Amino acid sequence: MDNPSSSQRHDAPLLSVRSLSVEFGSGSSPFRAVKDVSFDVQPGRTLAIVGESGSGKSVTSLAIMRLTDYTGGRIAGGEILFRPSTGPAIDLVDASDAKLREIRGKDIAMIFQEPMTSLNPVFTVGNQISEALSLHEGLNARDARLRARELLQKVRLPDADKLLDRYPHQLSGGMRQRVMIAMALACGPKLLIADEPTTALDVTIQAQILNIIRDLQAEMGTAVIFITHDMGVVAEMADDVVVMWKGEKVEQAPVREIFAAPKHPYTRALLSAVPRLGSLTGQPLPKRTPVTVMDGGVPKQTGTTHIQDTADYAKPILEVEKLTTRFDVGKTFFGRVTHRVHAVEEVSFDIYPGETLALVGESGSGKSTIGRTLQQLVEPTGGTVRFDGRDMNAMTPAERRRLRQQIQYIFQDPFASLDPRHTVGFSIAEPIVVHGLIKDRKAIERRVHELLEQVGLQPQHAKRYPHEFSGGQRQRICIARALASDPKLVIADESVSALDVSIQAQIVNLLMELQERRRLSYLFITHDMAVVEKISHRVAVLYLGQIVEIGTRQAVFENPQHSYTRKLLSAVPIADPQRERAKTRIEGEIPSPVRPVGQEPAIHRMREVEPGHWVAIESDQLRGAA
Amino acid sequence: MAVAQAAPASRRRFRSFELVLGVILTGGMTLAVLFSGFLFPDGGESMDLMARLLPPFENPAHLLGTDPLGRDVLARVIVGGRISLTVGVLSVMGAVVLGTLVGLVAGYYRGIAEIVLMRFADIQLALPFILIAIMFLAILGTGVDKVIFFMIVAQWVQYARLVRGSVLALRDREFILSARAIGVGNGRIIFQHILPNVLGPIVILMTLNVANNILLESSLTFLGLGVDPLIPSWGGMLADGRTYLQSAWWVSVFPGLAIMFTVLGLNLLGDWLRDYLDPTGQATK
Repeated sequence: MDNPSSSQRHDAPLLSVRSLSVEFGSGSSPFRAVKDVSFDVQPGRTLAIVGESGSGKSVTSLAIMRLTDYTGGRIAGGEILFRPSTGPAIDLVDASDAKLREIRGKDIAMIFQEPMTSLNPVFTVGNQISEALSLHEGLNARDARLRARELLQKVRLPDADKLLDRYPHQLSGGMRQRVMIAMALACGPKLLIADEPTTALDVTIQAQILNIIRDLQAEMGTAVIFITHDMGVVAEMADDVVVMWKGEKVEQAPVREIFAAPKHPYTRALLSAVPRLGSLTGQPLPKRTPVTVMDGGVPKQTGTTHIQDTADYAKPILEVEKLTTRFDVGKTFFGRVTHRVHAVEEVSFDIYPGETLALVGESGSGKSTIGRTLQQLVEPTGGTVRFDGRDMNAMTPAERRRLRQQIQYIFQDPFASLDPRHTVGFSIAEPIVVHGLIKDRKAIERRVHELLEQVGLQPQHAKRYPHEFSGGQRQRICIARALASDPKLVIADESVSALDVSIQAQIVNLLMELQERRRLSYLFITHDMAVVEKISHRVAVLYLGQIVEIGTRQAVFENPQHSYTRKLLSAVPIADPQRERAKTRIEGEIPSPVRPVGQEPAIHRMREVEPGHWVAIESDQLRGAA
Repeated sequence: MAVAQAAPASRRRFRSFELVLGVILTGGMTLAVLFSGFLFPDGGESMDLMARLLPPFENPAHLLGTDPLGRDVLARVIVGGRISLTVGVLSVMGAVVLGTLVGLVAGYYRGIAEIVLMRFADIQLALPFILIAIMFLAILGTGVDKVIFFMIVAQWVQYARLVRGSVLALRDREFILSARAIGVGNGRIIFQHILPNVLGPIVILMTLNVANNILLESSLTFLGLGVDPLIPSWGGMLADGRTYLQSAWWVSVFPGLAIMFTVLGLNLLGDWLRDYLDPTGQATK
């Protein structure tokens, strides 16, 4: 299984991990998170460690920095040989604390997933970067500041001078991650460990960050260990790939080999589950495809190939017309509103029975606000919403309550959306109880069991608590709860975004299967273009609270008209290392939807490019026409 | 990354050495106090000036010795528990109920309700405790019921603020939002989803306050604002014994131990209850 020779270069490896094992917990049966893992990192090259949650990939990266010491872990065996800039190779496993402190941040630097929580909120950006510089390089305050400014320019942050005095909360997620990269590179490390550095970011921002890491790596000759679950990112970034599964390394090979000829069954299963943009080209309807899942070490196919011809275009179930939702922010001392978030601006669309409409957009596009407004969690500022032909504005409070039975909502984070103090059976039964759908307790229990089975769980799970389930199971529970009240429309708000790809593929299939069985309509809110391609009949692209393009999935994906749609599609990392990397360079932040009172955004005018395919007229086109 | 898996709910919830010890301590104390009338029909009042300040463990008739008036310390400790436990437990329960309700309403509905209730609470917190005590009990007169009533009035604010803070953190959590999305009404959200999630810190504050209030009762009595000083209570005995601390430690040490064991028992029960109420087994969250 262990075959490092295939990727061996002539020069000595910078980092050499040999038979590493990491344990958590104590007593008679400690939990072994990493089992006997070996790999080498060559200077200047990128090694991607891929795997799903629980595979031990993050623990491995923490162990290299010996940071597992602080998270309750213990290195149970093996060695981690590192060649620092000066002196002979050392084994990090039994290096002294003083030695480790010297190496951390100077020779080996790390970028974490969550840029907000890895920056200290009470220090300015400048202070945080300078800290590393004065610690390891012994620079004085002035020189450190100058270097910090240089670094910020290197990660292409505009206005570096002003940025030095800002606090983390004043920056966007993408900017914070750039600051993190600047900090990591401050002392010119020989090895950079990036643990899911772009997972929390929007696609266009992700594309920028990946570009920056790649450029800086080429410039500084840094070796990179890139931890990720995203095969698209792997294909774009990696030279070599290590695949981890349940704490073990199951495969290691150069990136092209992994994608072209995966050897281990798990690698094959993982790759088969990755949604690939463009896989449905030429296909007008969404399509269910079988998923390979690992069943006790053996790959097994589940599901069937099925064309999702469920939509009935006679009469829409939901009609949204000029929906506008704004939030007041920023008030003067006397309570007068100065700024508003223009979350949704005059958005119109219909959803038909049995149809999936995808709302795609990045943060601040208003996609979640639309869902929440429809679910009456947020009050709209204007516009009309008709459900089943009835105007929501004209409904009595009792009718509005009934609407919450017919429209259900599935949130992004299944753990956060289940009350930790109640059993999942209680949570699933709740919609039945509050709407008085079934009175008899025994009958409710039977119904809960039935629902659990429908989503692929077992009836006895009803008595357990949310924390006893895995992420995928929790999302199944949330789906069961959403189905409990027999809704007609389900709003799925990033419902599969937080899941591992193999789980994600299964949940997507489950949603499609349920759609067919129950003629459900879905409003599928997401930023993930590849999932959208698989599940949706029609797509609406949102940008800054307005729809810029709407049409059938085939029309929008194969013939994108608006420049933003094109940008979004080109930013998606493609799980194919043969493709040329980063053809287009994307720049620019996503603008803020916050505006001063009185400065309303202009409403786009739409034109129909083909039947049912509407595109916003862009300002340069307007000028061209004038 | 979920590394440490929690133990199954059933095993964790009843494992509890805490539960056993807590039940023994509080249960024993409660039983003794309940049957104190039986055990000591004289109510610990009978004096024997010939047997003043007898040391403990020497005379079988006065197992824990006697006080400066020749009264049996054991009898007085057990009889004194009546006042102390009644005041300690009832005052805390009253304050918890009142404060929790106010906190839930203020934190959940916000708006005018919150402003009025919380500003009222702030005003009350700004007034010195002893000052209100004197004012309040001077108007109402003294007695066990008045002391309890006063303590409720004085202490509900703590619970209200604690609960309101927790509710504010909870009300925007996604599971509350998702309950609302399902169509769950306000009342059910407050009592089914929010209340169980704020009980942990309430229980901790409760157990601390029982001890506090037992001592508070003696302070009030000492100031002549509490219970009739002739009726024995733990706090009162502590205060009485303090002048004899050098020569006759037992007069104040035994009521002190009674308070200690009661509070220890309640704390253990409280810890257990908090764990019991939290199915995830993560006590601090």
